[in-house]
Amino acid sequence: MLQSLRENRRWQGFLLILPALLVLGLLLVLPLGLTVVTSFAQRDVDGNVIYTFTLGNYWRLLGFTETGWDDLYLKILLRSLALALQTTTVVLLLAYPLAYFIARAPQRRRNLLLFWVLVPLWTNFVIRIYAWVMILRSQGVLNSTLGAVAGLVDLPWQPLDLYPSQSAVLIGMVYEFLPFMILPVYTSLEKIEPALYEAAADLHANALQTFWRVTIPLSMPGVIAGTILTFVPVIGTFVVSDILGGRQVILVGNLVQRQFLDARDPPFGSAASIVLLGITLVLTLYYTRRFGLGEEIAAG
Amino acid sequence: MAGYAVELRAVWKRFLGPAGETVAAVKELSLQIADGEFFALLGPSGCGKTTTLRMVAGFELPSDGEVLIQGKPMGKTPPYQRPVNTVFQNYALFPHMTIGENVAFGLQMQKVGRQEVQRRVGDALEMVRLSGLERRRPKQLSGGQQQRVALARALVNRPQVLLLDEPLGALDLKLRKEMQLELKKLQREVGITFVFVTHDQEEALTMSDRIAVMDAGVALQVGSATQIYEQPNCRFVADFIGETNFLEGSVQQLQGGQALVELPGGLSVWASMAQPVAVGNPVTVAVRPEKLTLRPLEAPLANQLQGQVVDQVYIGTDTYYSVRLASGQTIRVREQNNLAALRQGAQPGDTVCVQFVAETASVLTG
Repeated sequence: MLQSLRENRRWQGFLLILPALLVLGLLLVLPLGLTVVTSFAQRDVDGNVIYTFTLGNYWRLLGFTETGWDDLYLKILLRSLALALQTTTVVLLLAYPLAYFIARAPQRRRNLLLFWVLVPLWTNFVIRIYAWVMILRSQGVLNSTLGAVAGLVDLPWQPLDLYPSQSAVLIGMVYEFLPFMILPVYTSLEKIEPALYEAAADLHANALQTFWRVTIPLSMPGVIAGTILTFVPVIGTFVVSDILGGRQVILVGNLVQRQFLDARDPPFGSAASIVLLGITLVLTLYYTRRFGLGEEIAAG
Repeated sequence: MAGYAVELRAVWKRFLGPAGETVAAVKELSLQIADGEFFALLGPSGCGKTTTLRMVAGFELPSDGEVLIQGKPMGKTPPYQRPVNTVFQNYALFPHMTIGENVAFGLQMQKVGRQEVQRRVGDALEMVRLSGLERRRPKQLSGGQQQRVALARALVNRPQVLLLDEPLGALDLKLRKEMQLELKKLQREVGITFVFVTHDQEEALTMSDRIAVMDAGVALQVGSATQIYEQPNCRFVADFIGETNFLEGSVQQLQGGQALVELPGGLSVWASMAQPVAVGNPVTVAVRPEKLTLRPLEAPLANQLQGQVVDQVYIGTDTYYSVRLASGQTIRVREQNNLAALRQGAQPGDTVCVQFVAETASVLTG
């Protein structure tokens, strides 16, 4: 038995991936299958799932309800999409210069700077978001600081009404996902051979031209990885919007959560999560194809 | 020609060392490189040759002194505004661009018209015999091909000076030999001044019109290959370029550019003076193995040392002999194998005479 296993490469390979297969099968494929099945089901008045086949849940998401046209859910989808795009854009704009700065710092200082980037992750996610409530609310740190400054220079001052709002959700998301953009962008920037910058300068490119023609293209793998690492979790998250949106900013994540926990409508919640999954998948695939994790870059 | 292609006037480059001390990589270096010259900066690693090249390219600025290109002081002119282009040690080709895009890059940055870019890129690739590979990526080419792309990418800009930093260092021996000749030929064709850095003395001798031998930030000798090889002006140059025997002694007598040097054991030899010396100075006589001839113990001649053959190595064209002199020092003799009769005369254990002509030996101080 052992002897034959030693000689059979195929079985060895299978045994090696078996644990991972089990985990993925039990914790991903099976629940996902159940969700798909549930999304075509109905619920009775008591909130029990009746397994039939209906597209009703999907129609309802698109706005065709029993009582007529209602774009409530479409708006939620669009809002989630818009917020995810905004977050990703702002995160990219903030993370890129920072990653560039770290990548071009002296070797010894880089690790320290990266360490600082990661320090916030040591605190629990929910606690960090609650900290933003303390900062942004009308009597919070931000407003009292700004108020004090305004008082000093004798300017009229209206406290900013930031919490709860969609802006607060955006700020929280940006804060939350910044490290996930900085790290991959840093990694790809750091890999660029310094001689390439010199070569560009030698070939009559000024700093800006070098940045456009050399730095940005060569850091694209990191940018692509970072945007996916940001966009995908942001479009599905519900904690940040729950806390900083004060239950007013409803995203797809919140919708799914409430259908399961409050409205007791698992079939509709399932349909919403399948749609979310579909959107994410399509966008990610399109994005990676469009901006290509080109072979020459991936191999480089 | 009014000016020089490249001129360095008392250039210093100081760096901050790891312990905060100042380290001078280049010390008061002055060089004049003529238009159209193939000039080599030769020296061991850490001698300051690459730093010198980088100061011409503009990647480093001199701490002191001045770099002039075509008579114009460069001051703090950034690399992208200097009329020079560089072939980098590991080529530094842009991995995300095709060969065609790599070669076109410099012209595009200079806002050359599209059609002209296309024409000149085509010409440049033809010149380095890479036509048809425009659409490949650098990774898909061999080392020798990448080297030629780097050349084309630099030359397409028609620089006034082409700088080459160990351009052949990453190639294997056979390819390196080929490229040496090819580079030399190319330089004659385009007529551009080439300044190249190497630690390989044979490469420098093969390709260059003139060579600057550098050590510890100083250019010890600047001259043609023949001058540097035949008349080294100091012990370092004699030792670094080719093989040399060094005989220690002191000056006894001076006569018409030659000095009589007394060696330990009472023997005296004549050699030509490379540096000014005075009677009584301790000096070294440098003489290359192939300038020495072995003679049977016969009539005493001038410049003749006596010794015993301790080793004999036959290498085909030549035979190497190790001869231990009366003083105990062992010297190397290289004889061409066209005189079979003489060669047979010297076997390990034989006592022989080693003789040389005064003009082929140099008297060096230190």
